Amino acid sequence: MRGIVALLLLALLGGGARADEVTRGRYLATVGDCIACHTAPGGAPFAGGRPIATPFGTLRSANITPDRASGIGGWSDAAFDRALRAGIAPGGKYLYPACPFPYFTRARGEDIAAIHAYLRSLAPVGNPVQTDALPFPFDIRALMRGWDAAFFRPGVWHDDPAQDAAWNRGGYLVEGLGHCGACHTAKNAFGADETRRALQGGLLQGWWAPGLTPAPRTGLAGWSIDGLVAYLRTGSGGGQLASGPMAEVVERSTSHLSDTDLRAMAVYLLARPARTEVAVRPAPTPLAGEAIYLDRCAACHGRAGEGTAGLFPALRGSAVVQAPRPQTLIRVVLEGGRAAATDAAPTGAAMPGFASLLDNDEIAAVLAYIRNSWGNASAPPRPAQVERMRGSPG
Amino acid sequence: MTRRLAPTDAVIIGFGWTGMIMAEALTAAGLRVVAIERGPMRDTAQSFPPATAPDELRYAIRGDMLLPTAEETITFRNHLDQHALPVRKWGSFLPGSGVGGSGVHWNGHTWRLRPEDFALRSATIARYGRHFIPPDMTIQDWPVSYAELEPFYDGFEYLCGTSGQAGNLRGAIQPGGNPFEGPRARGYPTPPLTMPYGPTLFAEAAAGMGYHPFPLPTGNLSQPYTNPHGVVLGQCSYCGFCERFGCGNYAKASPQTTLLPVLTRRPALSLRTGCEVLRIVTDSTGKRATGVVYVDDKGEEWEQPAELVLLCAFMLDNVRLLLLSGIGAPYEPRAGTGVVGRNYAYQTVSAVQLFFEDKIFNPFIGAGGLGMVVDDFNGDSFDHGPAGFIGGAWLTQLASNGRPILARPTPPGTPRWGAAWKAATAHYYNRSLGLVASGSSSSHRGAFLDLDPGYTDRHGRPLMRMTFDFHPNDLRMSEYVTDRLAGIGRAMGPSRMAVFKRHAPYDIRPYQTTHVVGGAAMGAHPETSVVNRYLQSWDVSNLFVLGGSAFPQNSSYNPTGTIGALALWAASAITGHYLRAPGPLA
Ligand SMILES: Cc1cc2nc3c(=O)[nH]c(=O)nc-3n(C[C@H](O)[C@H](O)[C@H](O)COP(=O)(O)OP(=O)(O)OC[C@H]3O[C@@H](n4cnc5c(N)ncnc54)[C@H](O)[C@@H]3O)c2cc1C
Repeated sequence: MRGIVALLLLALLGGGARADEVTRGRYLATVGDCIACHTAPGGAPFAGGRPIATPFGTLRSANITPDRASGIGGWSDAAFDRALRAGIAPGGKYLYPACPFPYFTRARGEDIAAIHAYLRSLAPVGNPVQTDALPFPFDIRALMRGWDAAFFRPGVWHDDPAQDAAWNRGGYLVEGLGHCGACHTAKNAFGADETRRALQGGLLQGWWAPGLTPAPRTGLAGWSIDGLVAYLRTGSGGGQLASGPMAEVVERSTSHLSDTDLRAMAVYLLARPARTEVAVRPAPTPLAGEAIYLDRCAACHGRAGEGTAGLFPALRGSAVVQAPRPQTLIRVVLEGGRAAATDAAPTGAAMPGFASLLDNDEIAAVLAYIRNSWGNASAPPRPAQVERMRGSPG
Repeated sequence: MTRRLAPTDAVIIGFGWTGMIMAEALTAAGLRVVAIERGPMRDTAQSFPPATAPDELRYAIRGDMLLPTAEETITFRNHLDQHALPVRKWGSFLPGSGVGGSGVHWNGHTWRLRPEDFALRSATIARYGRHFIPPDMTIQDWPVSYAELEPFYDGFEYLCGTSGQAGNLRGAIQPGGNPFEGPRARGYPTPPLTMPYGPTLFAEAAAGMGYHPFPLPTGNLSQPYTNPHGVVLGQCSYCGFCERFGCGNYAKASPQTTLLPVLTRRPALSLRTGCEVLRIVTDSTGKRATGVVYVDDKGEEWEQPAELVLLCAFMLDNVRLLLLSGIGAPYEPRAGTGVVGRNYAYQTVSAVQLFFEDKIFNPFIGAGGLGMVVDDFNGDSFDHGPAGFIGGAWLTQLASNGRPILARPTPPGTPRWGAAWKAATAHYYNRSLGLVASGSSSSHRGAFLDLDPGYTDRHGRPLMRMTFDFHPNDLRMSEYVTDRLAGIGRAMGPSRMAVFKRHAPYDIRPYQTTHVVGGAAMGAHPETSVVNRYLQSWDVSNLFVLGGSAFPQNSSYNPTGTIGALALWAASAITGHYLRAPGPLA
């Protein structure tokens, strides 16, 4: 009798999926942070419609709830797998790489199936989304066939027997479902990863995602495994705080991952070869830069750029501060920013914007100072760069 | 027309210090909570970022953070036989409005009462005899002891990260702390602020006279601190914009910097700002609150039903809402009957200003609680018999600010304007120190709160009327402690000194302190108190009244340490006992 009840229960769960597969799928969907792109502001989770700005125009994310008409309710496991790992949806529709299938291709089949099981366990939400909204010629999805041929390297992740389990697990997550390179790797003119510069930092939607190789100035050289784990779990670690798009990644994805997985990701990242940095000597900075810093910035970020753990990011030694491209820095000074808030680190302190308080010359001067003090070294931004960021950060 | 909303477990009136403490405790206990706040949302980065927070004209002069008197005010008179007039510009005290309440623009001084303060009446009688208490004085014992509150004082200090130096650790007197304080289980969460020249000079002079100076315990933090909820506070930059200002650096303990980030993550809490509670609704027996009626910012009226009502509206509105809701017997001063509005008390503040020719201070270095204190003329530390009064004061040199508009000390006799004034203000700006005596206030029959018979607010409801003057006992106390303060001042070697004693009648225009208390006293007997020892209404057992309104009289100390401790104490009684068996707890 008990067996029958159990069988019935199984049958009730998302078309026969096992409960533990749904749980696993939910976790893996969190690793992939599917919810972030597939949820419109104020909309139902996974029901799509979030506008995603790309250099080629604005896309809208698809409804991935199991609604038959407007979602993916009609998809088989095989169809789902093909979409995520080959970038081709039912009907031969080629996906744009805004959906990071070039990363998901590295995930194992059973993990993709688990994600599908989880998505099928959700309540269907009827929400038709016009996903083909790019301007001509990018609206022709068949163009993606050529893109795929040129840039897409399908194939699942292979463990390296020379490395330990943590490294391999970390690599599997970072290079696969975690799709860190989607932001942290520079893109070529076609929006594809510049694979030779993998994880060395990239510019996306007006934000500079810093390098994740253990490079001294522009990467993670100063970070410990514990610091990185804390950063990913709480949004605060290594003297830094997640803000901007990374705050969202931490809040929705990494703060929910297991310690073992976070540790594995940290092990992998810190073991990768460091980006070779061109030697930069601190540039001389205008006197005004220091005066503005002391007046406007030092009260929170400290006289020596040391910051306050968990509250104000350190500027000394920061990869964001010394990024080859100063976009993020300029943007934060203009608009302000808010740190991630998580259960473990709920503070979520914010920095006010200075757009109306400092002019372009002043911002360029103070950033020149910040980028070249306390051991930092990087090119001073030009006032014209500040002007360009005003009003049009994207 | 009043529309009814879906019932909730608990409704909180006011979202300042006590409101947020209760919201945290009740949501943690699994209750669905609706918090109703009459003022706007306030958040550090958006409402008072470092770039705009230090605006003396906007905040200190024009009172941008304060309750607009056009929305609500009080009427005031000194004596029962006078006609009260409405306060049109806050002066003597500065009640706040908006998320965080007065806790946004408070100074941060975080005191505990002394053990003897809790037994003021019985200890006075035991030591000096029944006749030592003037017949019109209505001071009474607290229904809780220091020992009972100690863990909750500790809880509030560790919530805030209070900076200070312990004076008494489990009975062992500690060097550099207040030797007269009650025993504490552990030290302050963060060390004292670094003292500049002025407070140091004061402490040296006081120590030379045999007194026991120590750093003022305060919520302007000496170093970054992570509280038990995981919320991080920053380090004070000694900018001197604390009292009347929000802190842009997350360095002043406030409801925003200690609790709000946790509360915004609690799905069980729903916050309605811009909504003013008009009254607490009771059922036909009058013994049970069924919820509250409030009006939103569009003028619509709503009824929010709730199982539990927490009145956290600052003491003035706590008392007013009780009176407007007909809960508890209003105090009748002539007959001496009734309890709501009885035992209003204030504080008795006086000052000494010193002018030096041979010393330069740096008033730019300031913080709300950056001072050294002498507590030798307070509590039971000295013999009140020959002095002939009840109460006492703590004495301080506080380097709180050198703000450009109001910090303009000039010696007595300086013209109030013109070239001579300009020369003097420029010369003495960094050559002057102010000393303050913060004295107690005894409750008495002539000091009370009731509803004004004539003046009404924008909703047509009577304003609350305050009747207050200093009791002669308190003026004697103030005279005595001001002389001691001047003694220390003289020992600091100024070239000139001005003494500002406190005189009657009480003037409600110049700022003194926002330490207004009483009117809904806690006590052991319903005939002389409004709430029991758990701040639960004697009349309506599902109503709790939090805040300074519970004080039966005022000590010399700033009240919020005790207000916070009492809120945590009441919260623990509610979650530990009341929720399991709703009904009177005492
Ligand atoms: C200038 C200043 C300096 C101070 N300095 C110190 C100090 O150094 N040390 C110290 O111990 N104390 C100090 N205080 C006092 C301290 O701020 C208060 O004791 C403390 O805030 C009281 O907490 P509360 O919860 O009772 O009231 P509040 O924190 O004021 O919160 C009450 C809230 O209730 C809301 N409210 C009121 N009526 C209604 C209604 N009808 N409907 C909806 N909402 C309502 C108010 O808008 C307010 O937000 C200072 C106060 C001021 C103004």
